[in-house]
Amino acid sequence: MEAWTQILQFLINALSLGGLYALMALGLALVYSILRLVNFAYGELVMVGGYTLLVVGQVANIPWLIVAAIAIFAAVVASVLLERIAFRPVRHASPNTMLITSFAVSALLQNAALLLISPRTKAVRIPSFFIENINLGGLLIAKSNIITMVVSLALLGLLTLFLTRTIMGSALRAAADDFVMTQLLGIRANQVIATAFAISGGLAGVVSLFWIGRSGSVVPHIGLTPVLIAFVALVIGGMGSLTGAVIGGYTLAFVTVTLNTLLPQGLLEFRQAFVFGIVILVLLFRPQGLISGMQSTERL
Amino acid sequence: MMANEKFADFLHRYATVIILVIPLILIALVVYLLDQVVLQRIVIVMFINLIMVLALQMFTGNSGVVSFGHIAFMGIAAYASALLSMTPAAKAAALRSGYPLIEQLHLPFIPALVGGALFTALFAAVIGFPLVRLSGSAAVIATFALLVIVHTVLLNWSEVTNGPRIIFGIEGLTTLWITVVIGLLSVITAFWFKETSLGLQLRASREDEQAAASIGINIIIVRWVAFFLSAFIAGLAGGLWAHFITIFSPVAFYLVQTFLIITMLIVGGMGSVSGAVVGTLTITAIFEGLRAIENTVNMANLLPGSLAGFTEVLLATALIVLLIRRPAGITGGKEIRLPKRWTRPKPQKEQV
Repeated sequence: MEAWTQILQFLINALSLGGLYALMALGLALVYSILRLVNFAYGELVMVGGYTLLVVGQVANIPWLIVAAIAIFAAVVASVLLERIAFRPVRHASPNTMLITSFAVSALLQNAALLLISPRTKAVRIPSFFIENINLGGLLIAKSNIITMVVSLALLGLLTLFLTRTIMGSALRAAADDFVMTQLLGIRANQVIATAFAISGGLAGVVSLFWIGRSGSVVPHIGLTPVLIAFVALVIGGMGSLTGAVIGGYTLAFVTVTLNTLLPQGLLEFRQAFVFGIVILVLLFRPQGLISGMQSTERL
Repeated sequence: MMANEKFADFLHRYATVIILVIPLILIALVVYLLDQVVLQRIVIVMFINLIMVLALQMFTGNSGVVSFGHIAFMGIAAYASALLSMTPAAKAAALRSGYPLIEQLHLPFIPALVGGALFTALFAAVIGFPLVRLSGSAAVIATFALLVIVHTVLLNWSEVTNGPRIIFGIEGLTTLWITVVIGLLSVITAFWFKETSLGLQLRASREDEQAAASIGINIIIVRWVAFFLSAFIAGLAGGLWAHFITIFSPVAFYLVQTFLIITMLIVGGMGSVSGAVVGTLTITAIFEGLRAIENTVNMANLLPGSLAGFTEVLLATALIVLLIRRPAGITGGKEIRLPKRWTRPKPQKEQV
């Protein structure tokens, strides 16, 4: 009985964390697969969502779900604007230039939040169902874990439908495989890229709800951990593959929860080092990741 | 006639170094003569940043592989050199559970500086041998992972770094002239390295990996050598910084510093040593100017809040605009040279 509940607890933790990680990774992977841009500023989209929750949440008498919808919308708008203002002009420059641009955008947004809002941690209004637990026959499960699990699975399902059943979705997948060929076939590059950024922003917005739901507060550097997690998941799953990003997200969550359970107390604080050690090992020994996309990373 | 031609050839080859070194010496001299503490501190930090930027230029500029890991090397060297130079008593006070072997070590400044840098180069050689096989985005992520790993270890290895708390008890041994001399030597080294056969092979591999490999260049080996040589220089910067600041924590060697050094290199133009120098001077000037404005406004209490982040916002904006308008940096990745008619290169010599 004791072992059985522990295993169930482990599975629920891993699956809910995995869903969140998969959403993070997918947002990064959508843009990467088309532009080969590792968008450092992705974390700041989570931050935009978080500060929208804070600011709109302070206005009384708006139901939380509407606040959440506004936060997601804000992240979408921010993402599309960033593409238009910062990334489109450097699209044809070298991948390194794009990368540094995203690094600069990230620093810009973070410091803007520092300057215009506050460098301090701000508490965000969180609805009670994020904090409550359910008692399932002696097993205490956080409602937020179940919500994260269900919402992420539903979103992944919806995105799969969009990517496979609509023309824009097909165009996105085609662009992820071979962008030049897709353009030659008459698909508008600007439209595809803007859509990818919009979805990426939407995912960042959803991530911000759950991420801030976990901590209950927002700071300018709140986006750092999500973007790092997304990177790792992207690399493990296979850079350039959308399926790979999702699988990478779930794998990383299982590894993280396992390390949390198995690592002795003294080594627990080095967990991040272990996770990033795995990243380097994957890049070296299986540069194409678990699922190899059409454009895999190369190694000498 | 012969002597004249030889001199012209010499000028053509080495004018860049002279053009770069003279203004740097002048800046150091002026600051030395003005004898103002604040100004001297700014210039020392500028020279340390210059050494860091040059280290990154040696690897990234010549190989085309962006490294986010060099700040990690700076951090490792800062702690390593500090542990070498601190007195046993200071170590016992600052690190409650230090290892006996480390605690007994006590070296003078220069050996500690070089020792810290050598240790860092060794670390880079071990970790770099597999890492340099990666190019492009994979290299960026792998070196970024290296930065995160080193940061996590520095943050939690309390016996050696005092954990996330500050380390103290380091003597302020870094002087203006030591920093300037090492800075100038770094300029010369970076320029020399670029022109060596190894540097040339590395630059060939930057332009086209396949073509370079096809003419017999062992890309892994040349990248590897560049990687640990540049880590050595980054290590010197770390040691100088540690003995200048004297009190610091692992947070100093993370994303903020990485962003600053990469910005300096990109703004100047990462393809050339001139770019590294121009970028460092430009960003330092802008940064200190904005910092001064920020401080004045904060002091005068003109605004309700503080202006924290103001400098970084403008700097990041400037970087984005520059990347859009001039992605190869101010120098365009070329070295500053004397006009051709002054140096008259021999017509039969082929420029590579």
